[in-house]
Amino acid sequence: MTAAPLHMAGQRLMLDPAGVCTWPAQKLLAVTDLHLEKGSHFAARGQFVPPYDTRDTLERLGAALRKWNPQKLVLMGDSFHDRHGCARLPPADCATLKRLLEGREVTWLLGNHDPEPPEGLPGTAVTELRIGAIVFRHQADPARLPLGIIEVSGHFHPKATMPVRGGGVTRPCFLTDGRRLMLPAFGAFTGGLDIRDPAIARLFHRGGRAFLIGQERLYSFATGPLRGAMRAMEAEAANGP
Amino acid sequence: MRTLPEPFTAWFAGRGWAPRAHQLALLAAARRGDSALLVAPTGGGKTLAGFLPSLIDLHGQPRDGLHTLYISPLKALAVDIARNLTQPVEEMGLPIRIETRTGDTPQNRRTRQRENPPNFLLTTPESLALLLTLPDAGSFFGGLAAVVVDEIHAIAGTKRGDQLALGLARLGTLAPGARRVGLSATVAHPDPLRRYLSPTGGIDDVALVVGEGGAEPRLDILLPEGRLPWGGHMGLASMPEVYRRIREAGVTIVFVNTRAQAELCFQALWKMNDDNLPIGLHHGSLTVEQRRKVEAAMAAGRLRAVVATASLDLGIDWGAVDQVVQVGAPKGVARLLQRIGRANHRMDEASQAVLVPANRFEVIECTAARQAIAAHELDGDPPRPGGLDVLAQHILAVAVAGPFRPDDLYAEVTRAAPYAALPRRDFDDALRFVEDGGYALQSYDRFRKLFRDAQSYIHVKTTAVARQLRMNLGTIVETPLMKVRLRGGGVLGEVEEWFVSTLTQGDCFIFAGQLLRFEGLDTTACLVTRGGEGEPRVPAYAGSRMPLTTYLAARVRAILADPKAWKALPAPVQEWLRLQQKQSEMPPRDGLLVETFPRGEKWFLVAYCFEGRLAHQSLGMLVTKRMEKLGMAPLGYLATDYVLAAWCAFEPVGVERLFEEDILGEELEEWMAESSMLRRTFRNIATIAGLIEKNHPGQEKSGRQMTMNADLIYDVLRKHEPDHILLRATRQEAAAGLTDVARIGLILARARAGGIRHRALDRVSPLAVPALIEEGREWVAGGAEDALLAEAEALVADATLGTDAFNEVLATVTEAIPPRGDRDRARRPRDKKARYNRFIRSAPKHLGSPDR
Repeated sequence: MTAAPLHMAGQRLMLDPAGVCTWPAQKLLAVTDLHLEKGSHFAARGQFVPPYDTRDTLERLGAALRKWNPQKLVLMGDSFHDRHGCARLPPADCATLKRLLEGREVTWLLGNHDPEPPEGLPGTAVTELRIGAIVFRHQADPARLPLGIIEVSGHFHPKATMPVRGGGVTRPCFLTDGRRLMLPAFGAFTGGLDIRDPAIARLFHRGGRAFLIGQERLYSFATGPLRGAMRAMEAEAANGP
Repeated sequence: MRTLPEPFTAWFAGRGWAPRAHQLALLAAARRGDSALLVAPTGGGKTLAGFLPSLIDLHGQPRDGLHTLYISPLKALAVDIARNLTQPVEEMGLPIRIETRTGDTPQNRRTRQRENPPNFLLTTPESLALLLTLPDAGSFFGGLAAVVVDEIHAIAGTKRGDQLALGLARLGTLAPGARRVGLSATVAHPDPLRRYLSPTGGIDDVALVVGEGGAEPRLDILLPEGRLPWGGHMGLASMPEVYRRIREAGVTIVFVNTRAQAELCFQALWKMNDDNLPIGLHHGSLTVEQRRKVEAAMAAGRLRAVVATASLDLGIDWGAVDQVVQVGAPKGVARLLQRIGRANHRMDEASQAVLVPANRFEVIECTAARQAIAAHELDGDPPRPGGLDVLAQHILAVAVAGPFRPDDLYAEVTRAAPYAALPRRDFDDALRFVEDGGYALQSYDRFRKLFRDAQSYIHVKTTAVARQLRMNLGTIVETPLMKVRLRGGGVLGEVEEWFVSTLTQGDCFIFAGQLLRFEGLDTTACLVTRGGEGEPRVPAYAGSRMPLTTYLAARVRAILADPKAWKALPAPVQEWLRLQQKQSEMPPRDGLLVETFPRGEKWFLVAYCFEGRLAHQSLGMLVTKRMEKLGMAPLGYLATDYVLAAWCAFEPVGVERLFEEDILGEELEEWMAESSMLRRTFRNIATIAGLIEKNHPGQEKSGRQMTMNADLIYDVLRKHEPDHILLRATRQEAAAGLTDVARIGLILARARAGGIRHRALDRVSPLAVPALIEEGREWVAGGAEDALLAEAEALVADATLGTDAFNEVLATVTEAIPPRGDRDRARRPRDKKARYNRFIRSAPKHLGSPDR
């Protein structure tokens, strides 16, 4: 798997097709929206989706950690699908997770799905993390970023469709406009939100570049200014349905 | 044979009718207490035949409570039949109350029906399934005397059919005395339908009654003026002739094969509609209101023609249709007959129909279909085993109605024909799946839905389970759709989500008979405005094209292999075939012809398999995988209903090895992992089985999330528990025909038995041309989608001379994002307006759009 370099604010970040982002200068790996124990969350309400999602997510996270061996690990929120997810971790998976976190400086950003820090797991829990010019947040702040500050966020599970012949191919993606970087969701059962959706479009109204996740590498294309979608929304709101 | 009792004799006489032989035969069977299957063409008084014994019974012995249950695949049909029955009942003053119960029935009437059931209840398979989950189902159905299943040929063999078969088995337990009546259009094989109807899954306890045949249909084949097209399926070249036919006839239904074709034909007809004939459009993606409006206009005689897809194949009798036009190849004989039958629903008058082939191959197919109809031969699929997903849903539904013992339920289920051969292991796995998901990793033990008591009865654990089940009951799974909404206006209908995902703002497409411009997404819909410029696209729908039936394919092969049979074909087609004979050879009746030839620095391989597009598509994936292993470097392939064409970098030699039967082993497994067809199959199975909910109490889940999850679940489950019952069900469904793996087996067996005739040519053969100009190519090379992504990325780089190239952008993305205006202009083609206007002449809004 070939990671792609991305230069932001004079820093070099690496976008890994596994769906994680690393910052080699800081020996840091950031990953978002693991949604661990989503399967059991659904099972509890009567939908018996396969119970293997946590195992699968942790296997893939383990592979990424082995590859980059970061000192700092930033889990950017929604690491568990709900606030009781941590307590539901099967013993074997819990042990795997602890092994993965061992010896690293772990930061849990709190997400909307997991507003409380996980119990019994190492690391510190914060709402946002700032290192140098880069601020890590679970959900992007729609307010204008201060000059020279770069924001890395998750939450929206961005996915994009690249037009190819015979239709389009839709994949989870990284999305950036040079100021913001949005990471794809990492969890095995996490779906996606089209980057043209107003919720994402309003954050990237100048347009930008989407990096679709492929099997061995990323595929990038320039996204048009997403403001068009915004304008359509506003007109819609003004006209009423 | 006894005559009818008094009010009936007078009623028949009053209309100048005499009871038909098949009506009396059904009556005789009913008097013996036997079940019966009536096979008769449309217009034969089938429905009355089905109800006559019940009418006479209740006339002799009036009683309260449910007497006859009528089940139809269409809501509209149930409502229509109720109306038609009420008339004779009132005229004869019979003491019979008739009511319908469908998804549209208001809650208060449903409650009343439970407390005080009508004598005749007319309903759909889904509403029956819901009724059976009620705790008082036993007393409700206890006095049932008869069950009438209408259009049984259209239900049996589908998942709705599986659900109904299980429901009938349940009724067999609740009301063992009820006889069954099946009403069917003419079918090739009535015996599987008898089995389907039978209370035991056998054949001897269902009498077969065959109605007299109607008048022979009159069938013409209409060719376009001028040159006969080589390829294409839309048939637009023939629209002037079709228009002329519409003008000359009273009322016409123009049947087409796909919704995209419906939109295009509708536009083409309106473009030349100088007489302003009222021509309507009807297909399954339009809103229900819009469809009802067109149907009502048709019934009232306000339309001269309607362009329709399979959405009108079944349905209420309009009486006044004068001709049916089938644009594009019919694909199946039974299907064609059903469509032809929509013209003149009177038995003694010949139906008038016109076949409009779109290309040369379709001319042969139309000729084959016409010969088959003249020879009274029909195609029909052999029965397939019932789905395990439907079984899982049924098990939970039974549990919701009341406690049951697994042994009893297994015995009951195997009395339904589709499940007659169900292994006990599959039943137990389905039960376990319902209980806790049935995973090897038993981590959902504490969430189980069912529990067993000391007498080994199985109970539902909570009432929430029942509510959840009732909200998700049914076997119809829609592909994820997105509403199309006019900005500041109403909803026009729905298109598939993936189509929307390929649109960018400003793109235009044709839908609901109008040209629309894509403006953006909002949370629930795709927003559009009227008009737009540029070449319009037409939404296509996955899996909407019916594949050629095996039977019709065999007839096409027979015509091709026998030069004497070519006399029935028009001159240009004969000439084309003679040219093929000279330059290569004709595909043999048995065996497989494979041609290879170089063209444009590539090598092509064309195999004349004739097993339908779906089978060829799957075979293409398998064959190209094998080509890869043999070092031929395959680049792509495409599938038509007739041939499989693949192209590669190196000359294909030893083609016999590509069609060996063992490609169904190893390569099939690989294919299972990637095939979007199997993913779709899995998604449907997971939804029906209850793994994925269509609805959850208190919240509506959008189809969008549903697909995403199904794909993710498929990947995770394949990786961690490949033998799970839902994956077994997916494979079973693939093997049993829905995805046509069985037909691949036919091709390979034929190749082995009859031998492979390999012709190495120096250029393309005449017969291969239609395939090579076909659209819809598949791309291969490891990870097909990734190859497409790489290609698209490279194309952009080429077109922009590298300024858009990946690596540079990485460095510059922080600095230079072009000003917005430039991009907007660059993306919109400017010079195509004139061209477009020539193409579209707008239909009156009231025919194309619902917001008037």
